[in-house]
Amino acid sequence: MPERTIIDARGSFCPGPLMELIARLKYGKVGEEFEVLSSDKGSANDIPEWLHKVGHEFLGTREEAGVWHIALRKTK
Amino acid sequence: MANRISIVVVSGTLERLQMAAMVASVGAVSGDEVTVFLSMNALQHFTLGKGEPPAAEGSFGRLLQEKKGPGYRQLFQSAAELGDAKIHPCSMAVDVLGVGADELEPWVGEPLGLTKFLSDAHGGQVWTF
Repeated sequence: MPERTIIDARGSFCPGPLMELIARLKYGKVGEEFEVLSSDKGSANDIPEWLHKVGHEFLGTREEAGVWHIALRKTK
Repeated sequence: MANRISIVVVSGTLERLQMAAMVASVGAVSGDEVTVFLSMNALQHFTLGKGEPPAAEGSFGRLLQEKKGPGYRQLFQSAAELGDAKIHPCSMAVDVLGVGADELEPWVGEPLGLTKFLSDAHGGQVWTF
């Protein structure tokens, strides 16, 4: 599995985790993988929706001890 | 095709500023064309280095003040810088409040008249806070 850049947005609320992701994606490379850590369940639903809308690849979400891990690949 | 979203912000309460900033930022970073028009009690909360922070309108606003999360100014800045939202003060409010361009947040653009704002908003979504 390629190395993923972790974006730790735990403790922030909507739309903080999404904004942190977008700020980091801007400087990422095409093909780079990211994993957002969020304690906000709404963001766990919203981030995949945003990825679908703008066209980045959603790789999956898992929840561990109240923290959602949202994985994605920058495609453009 | 991008939606056009026009947001009128007139309230100076924390909850309404926060909600307006949430709509502006998420809309802008999702590819929508967002224009924000700051007027009435809202404009004073976009000046640099002076004035009271916005008061909470109710219990939810007081809860927000205790939580760690992006504030309304940070979200509007993200809307402008990450999503290319256009954020303008109402020209009437600028005159009444007596603020100069250098006294407003740097991501707030030139004063905009209501006629131009309404003309640009035509046919798109309009949100008021």
